[in-house]
Amino acid sequence: MSGTRVIDEASPLTQPSPPRGRGQGEGAGPYSLPGDHGLHRQLEKTWSPATGPLRWFMQIDHHVIGKRFIITAFIWFALGGVLAALMRIQLSRPGNTFLSADLYNQIFTMHGTTMMFLFAVPVMEAVAIYMIPLLVGSRALAFPRLTAFSYYMFLFGGIMLYTAFFLNIGPDAGWFSYVPLASPEFAPGKRVDIWSQLVNFTEISAIAVAIELIVTILKQRTPGMSVNRMPLYVWSMLVTAFMIIFAMPAVMVGSLYLLLDRLVGTHLFNVAEGGDPLLWQHLFWFFGHPEVYIIFIPALGMVSSIITTFCRRPVFGYTAMVLSQVATGFIGFGLWVHHMFTTGLPQSGESFFTAASMMIAIPSGIQIFCWIATIWMGRPVYKPPLMFVLGFVAIFVLGGLSGVMVASIPIDLQVHDTFFVVAHLHYVLIGGAVFPLLGALYYWFPKITGRLMNDRAGHVSFWLIFIGFNLTFFPMHKLGLIGMPRRVYTYLSETGWGQLNLLATIGSVVLALGFLTYFINALVCAKRGEFAGANPWDGPTLEWATDSPPPHYNFIHMPVVSSTEPLWHAPEHAPLVTGLSTTAKEVLITRTFDAEPDHRYTYPAPSAWPFLTALATAGIFLGLLFTPWAFVIGLPIASLMAVGWFWPTTPQKEGDAPQDSATASEAVA
Amino acid sequence: MIRRQTIDVGALPDHAFGNRSIMWWATMTIIAIEGTVFAMAIASYFYLQGNEETWPPADTPLPGLMWPTVNVIILLASLFPNHKVKTAAEDMNLGQVRLWSVIADTFAVAFVVVRVFEFRELNVSWDSNAYGSVTWTLLGLHSVHLLTDLIDSVVLTVLMFTRHGDEPRRFVDVSENCFYWNFVVLSWLPIYAVLYWTPRLL
Repeated sequence: MSGTRVIDEASPLTQPSPPRGRGQGEGAGPYSLPGDHGLHRQLEKTWSPATGPLRWFMQIDHHVIGKRFIITAFIWFALGGVLAALMRIQLSRPGNTFLSADLYNQIFTMHGTTMMFLFAVPVMEAVAIYMIPLLVGSRALAFPRLTAFSYYMFLFGGIMLYTAFFLNIGPDAGWFSYVPLASPEFAPGKRVDIWSQLVNFTEISAIAVAIELIVTILKQRTPGMSVNRMPLYVWSMLVTAFMIIFAMPAVMVGSLYLLLDRLVGTHLFNVAEGGDPLLWQHLFWFFGHPEVYIIFIPALGMVSSIITTFCRRPVFGYTAMVLSQVATGFIGFGLWVHHMFTTGLPQSGESFFTAASMMIAIPSGIQIFCWIATIWMGRPVYKPPLMFVLGFVAIFVLGGLSGVMVASIPIDLQVHDTFFVVAHLHYVLIGGAVFPLLGALYYWFPKITGRLMNDRAGHVSFWLIFIGFNLTFFPMHKLGLIGMPRRVYTYLSETGWGQLNLLATIGSVVLALGFLTYFINALVCAKRGEFAGANPWDGPTLEWATDSPPPHYNFIHMPVVSSTEPLWHAPEHAPLVTGLSTTAKEVLITRTFDAEPDHRYTYPAPSAWPFLTALATAGIFLGLLFTPWAFVIGLPIASLMAVGWFWPTTPQKEGDAPQDSATASEAVA
Repeated sequence: MIRRQTIDVGALPDHAFGNRSIMWWATMTIIAIEGTVFAMAIASYFYLQGNEETWPPADTPLPGLMWPTVNVIILLASLFPNHKVKTAAEDMNLGQVRLWSVIADTFAVAFVVVRVFEFRELNVSWDSNAYGSVTWTLLGLHSVHLLTDLIDSVVLTVLMFTRHGDEPRRFVDVSENCFYWNFVVLSWLPIYAVLYWTPRLL
């Protein structure tokens, strides 16, 4: 890539920042023209979100839905965290009677299900819903009504799961619901059905968002942003969205089979009639392993964004980074059998999956080394976002090491279903995804809220989380090696597991305090934090070119970019796009690879139909728990709602939309 | 004073067909998703087949071949009106789009009607054995896919007869719907082969 530019000492990161005003839509900034103020008012009117008493049900704006999505995901995260704390209390000493065995089963299942299906994947997509249009320089996310639909499906799924849990019918067969434990003969009642339907809710939501992200990234990039100039975070979301498209159908098919076996008496997993429980494991892990990378790859993109800004230089090895992300996306589909090493599959097959599992360490290693090189050659500014990234590097490398260990069949046979695996997966998922996520939200918080988080509280929260995390999960490696199985509600004092468990419980208290500090910091600063201005960190990518929070139309003029770090390369001289309608919600569609302008496309008005369609779909899903007729009755209703959604409101005629080309032709700078 | 360079996109068209259109890309992703669903279901079919000595299992008769074969013919024949709709849409010829859409939808309705007979001649119940379960599930998945596309196509045809029909955007929608129908036809062929020829040949 062209010219690495190390920013001078006077950058706002290293100097005390001058007081900033809100500067909302004054047409200032590097990508503005004189006389933009009137344009701003017109665009605000055109792109304004829904109004009126029912507006909550009608919003389709990617900022509104994105924020809602992030907050909802964090509410589930907090609930999942409380469940984890309950488990740690129960395990803090041998023979504890704080939780019953049955409740413990529900709690560990709910914890895993919440974190994987209601937090990890949705929150990554939620951040992308908000950020991707800004990063690619577009006015909106593609298919805005579908965004709203996906949010409501996600919301209804979570509400259903937790309602069931509070009614004591929470799922209790683990977050991967192995059959025959989850089959009708061993799991009567509705618990596992609830789990299966939750999976369907969140998968539909995830797939819908993946479609929007793919189309936005491929077709709505601002002119000049050819694929070799896409920010690494955008690349990471593109790879993730494609993985979602090919991974999620497997678990939808699996959970459909499980429901059919449980509700209408099919025998897909029933050995006695020719079915096969291992079919479930194959289908689940064909989704489940890519799922880990679906959670982890967005985090890689976030890490690259943060490292670029806080080390004051472009990431070392852009091409190697992109290829590593894509390679991870492909290899991620060839690993699923390593979850099944103890099922007695043919050894030659297992060896193949061992090789693939070890191979994926190569692209991960390349990325880690590129980041280290970037930090080494840059001038790191140790703000909290960078601290979270450094924490990520440390923890993720440890998780990767235990990952290479369990990829080896003899070790896996020894530690399968023990706390060693619990330690490994938390190192990979919390270290690999939650740390970068917390860093990224800290980094983008000023963009989303217009205010900065408090750095002192940020550092405190980082150290509490980092220390608490290691105290909680490092002892679990040892516990697993000395034989403690996962998913046991208690243990005898003779096992000698008491002390390490107590240590883990103490660690979890520190960890919880860390999260609490982070969230209180966010909540307080959203209202009272220092005003951030458009670009508080002197970031290089387009999200920092517009106001904080961004106007609903994102950019008055789409900028033409000529590098991966447009704001570091004389943005005030960059050409601008003019001529998009100011009275219709027009976005510019560009060509897939080179991002040449191609045509204009008008986005729809706010609408309650996506909400109603989601409601009808949720009705079908819930009804199916009781009778297959729910599908027969529900399909026409849901179809009717969808017709309302797609039915055009007013005919559009060409040429009746005034455009802003008049202002542009007089533009001088 | 330097004039700042601008790119005026106001003169660009407000729609585009084929892979320039975002609808085409969305349709492609839907095809990828549904294709993966079918691939998973077909993989399960062969996975379960490996558990049996004979396929279908002993005492289970073969599925009837006539109605599904009729459906193959109907679907292959539907490619012609479908192609006519697509070219008419790309020429923005409303009259032709209306005419051929009705004909194409008739083929789809015929397919769904024949599908009912197809289910009746599977000669096994979904709860008899795993063979029956996976056969019904695969055919059921395909039926849901077909039914939702039929609803979609009929709504779009009705839309073309309203005042909303004569707009470039609608013609793009019609064109992409035709593109999707090609997938409906092409995905039926492997499923047909799996359901009706695997028990006979493999």
